[in-house]
Amino acid sequence: MSDDIKTTLSTYITTRILKQPGRVLKPDEKLISSGLIDSFHVVDLGLFVEDQFGVRLDDSELTAETFDTLDQLAALIDSRRQ
Amino acid sequence: MLPPPAAEEPMSTFAQVLARHYAEAPDRPAIHLQPAKGDDLTLTYSDLLRGAAGFAELLNRRGIGQGDVVVMILQHGEPLVYAFWGAILHGAVPAILPPLTEKLLPERYRRDLAALIQVTRPRAIVTYPEFACEVELAMRAAAVVAVPVAIAVDAVAPAAPDFAALGGLRREASDIVLLQHSSGSTGLQKGVALSHRAVLNQLNAYAPAIGLNESDVIVSWLPLYHDMGLIASFVLPVLRRVPLVLMSPFDWVRAPVRLMQAITKYRGTLTWLPNFAYNFCATRIRQRDLDGTDLSSLRAVINCSEPVYHSSHLAFLQKFAPYGLSPHALATCYAMAENTFAVAQSAIGEPIARNEGGGIGNAGQVSSGRPLPNVRIRVLSEDRRDLPDGAIGEIALHSDCMLSEYYHRPDATEQAFFDGFYLTGDLGYVLRGEVYVTGRKKDLIIVGGKNVYPQDLEQLASEVHGVHAGRVAAFGVFNEDAGTEDVVIVAEAESDDPAERERIAEAVRQHVTRNSDVAVRRVVMVGPRWLIKTSSGKVARSANKARYLAEIIGQQTA
Repeated sequence: MSDDIKTTLSTYITTRILKQPGRVLKPDEKLISSGLIDSFHVVDLGLFVEDQFGVRLDDSELTAETFDTLDQLAALIDSRRQ
Repeated sequence: MLPPPAAEEPMSTFAQVLARHYAEAPDRPAIHLQPAKGDDLTLTYSDLLRGAAGFAELLNRRGIGQGDVVVMILQHGEPLVYAFWGAILHGAVPAILPPLTEKLLPERYRRDLAALIQVTRPRAIVTYPEFACEVELAMRAAAVVAVPVAIAVDAVAPAAPDFAALGGLRREASDIVLLQHSSGSTGLQKGVALSHRAVLNQLNAYAPAIGLNESDVIVSWLPLYHDMGLIASFVLPVLRRVPLVLMSPFDWVRAPVRLMQAITKYRGTLTWLPNFAYNFCATRIRQRDLDGTDLSSLRAVINCSEPVYHSSHLAFLQKFAPYGLSPHALATCYAMAENTFAVAQSAIGEPIARNEGGGIGNAGQVSSGRPLPNVRIRVLSEDRRDLPDGAIGEIALHSDCMLSEYYHRPDATEQAFFDGFYLTGDLGYVLRGEVYVTGRKKDLIIVGGKNVYPQDLEQLASEVHGVHAGRVAAFGVFNEDAGTEDVVIVAEAESDDPAERERIAEAVRQHVTRNSDVAVRRVVMVGPRWLIKTSSGKVARSANKARYLAEIIGQQTA
C-alpha cells in the first residue's frame, strides 16, 4: 500500500516538479530541506497529495518537519486514510 | 487626517514624521502583524514607537552612533518592526537582509554576509539569539578593522520615546536614512543608500499617484529586504498613517489564500504583487478555501517588480472576480530601489494601457504606467543618444528621489549615472506617455520577483565535478503557467554516459540551489562544444537559449 503511494509520489515529483523522469528518489531522501523542491512546488505537491489520495492537509504541515521524505509523506497519507 | 503636504509644514526627516504621529495619533492602528499561528497582533502608533524607542535605547547602550549602519537579519514580526523603526529613532541607518533559508548552505550564507560586511562596514548586526553565532562567524571571516556588534534580540523592553533626546531628530534631510540591498551575491555588495529627502519625496509623489487616503488599508506578504515590500508596503503606510496588515512571505507561500483572508478581514484596499503571484494565487488556492472571501474593498492590486503579463491578470481576474474583485483594481507599476521605489504607475481605477501595435514596440504589451510627476525618463541608444517614442533603448531616469550612492562603492555609483541620469539597465520604450519595459540590457533572470545573475549560477555549476568548467550557460525561460521565468542551466559534460550525465545534472542542481537559494527548474547536460561562444570566448547566453529552445524543447514537443 505504502509502496504504491511512494511510487505515485515519486513519479509526480520527478516528472512534474523536477522534470527529470530518469531521476530515482530514495525513500529517505530529503526533498525540501535539501532544496530539491522549492517552496512554490511544495504547495503543488500538497495539492497533488490531496487530490490523488483524498486526504486533507493543513497549510502548517507543508514544511520540512512533516513533509521532507517519501517515507514521511507516505506515512502521513496512510495515517489520514484510516 | 493625513499629514498635510510638505509645503505647509516641512517634515524633512523620518523621526519628525514619527514624532508627529506619536503626538497626534497614538491610538491609531499602525500595523496588524499576522503570525503563522495564533491571533493577529495590532500595534498602535504608541505601541510601535514605544517598542522602537526601547530598541533605540538598546542601540545607544551598545555604543551605536548616528549614521552607523545597523544590519537586520530577522523574519517578519515584532523584533524586526521595532529594530527598523528603533534604528530610525536613534538616527542609525537600518539595512534589512534576507534570513538564511533551509535550502541555502550556511557556509555560503556566511561568505556572502562576510563580503557584505567588508563593503558596508555595519556597526551592528541584529538577529535572533539562535542565529547570533552564525553572524559572529561571518563577522570574524570579514577582514574589517572595526568588527560590528552582534545584537541578539528576543524581547526588548518598550520605553516612552523622548524625542528631544533621540538621535533621529538630529538627522538632516540629506543624511542617509536606510540601505536597500538587491538579491544575488553580486547584488548583496551594492547597498542602495537613500536619504530622508529622497524617500519622503518618493512618498509625496507616489501617494497622490495611487490616490492614497485615510480610508486605505494596505495588505502585504512581501519581504522587507526588497523595495516593493520595504517602501510601498512598510515605510509608506507607517509614515502616511495608513494601517498595514503584514504577514510573512514564508506563511503566504505555503498558503496563498492568507492574502485573500487578510483582505477580507481588514477590508484591504491596496496590495502590491510581483507578476508570478497572480498566477500562483489563481492556480494554487482551492475554491473551498475561498468561502466567505470578499475582495470588493480592493481599490488596486499593483503588479510590480517583474515583467507584467496580461495573461496573468486575466487568470487572476477570472479566479477572483466572483469574490468581488473589480477589473478596474488591476494596476501596474515600474519601480526600482535606486529611485527609492516607483518610477511609473498606471492610473488607479482605469484600464491599464496596452500597446495597440501598428509597428511600434511589441503589440499587446502591458504598460507599466506613466512616469511620476517628479521623474524624468529618457530612452537611450547604445551610444547614449535620445531615442524617439516607440523606439526600444535603455531607460534612464532623473528624479528627486534617486539614490545618494551605492554605499561605499564610488566606482559602482559613477558607472550608474550618465549626464545626471541613472542608467537603469532596463530596456524599454515610451509610447503616448506610457512606459513599456521589454527586458534587461545585461542578462538577468527575474524569477519570482527575485533578481538572479546568471554568471553566479554558471560559476557554481562550473564547480561541479564532471562539468566542463566555464562551459555553462544559465538563462531564464518564461513559463506561462507560472507567470515568471524558469531557471535553466545548460552545461557541457565530460562524460557521454547517460547515467553519469544524469548524476552530474543532479549534482549541478543541488550545488547551485544550495549555494544560491535559487531553485533550478531544469539542468541539461550536453556534449563538448555544444555551447555557442562569442568571438571573445564568452558563453553567449541568448544564443544558447535560442539553441536550447529550438533543439531541446523543440525536439520534445515535435
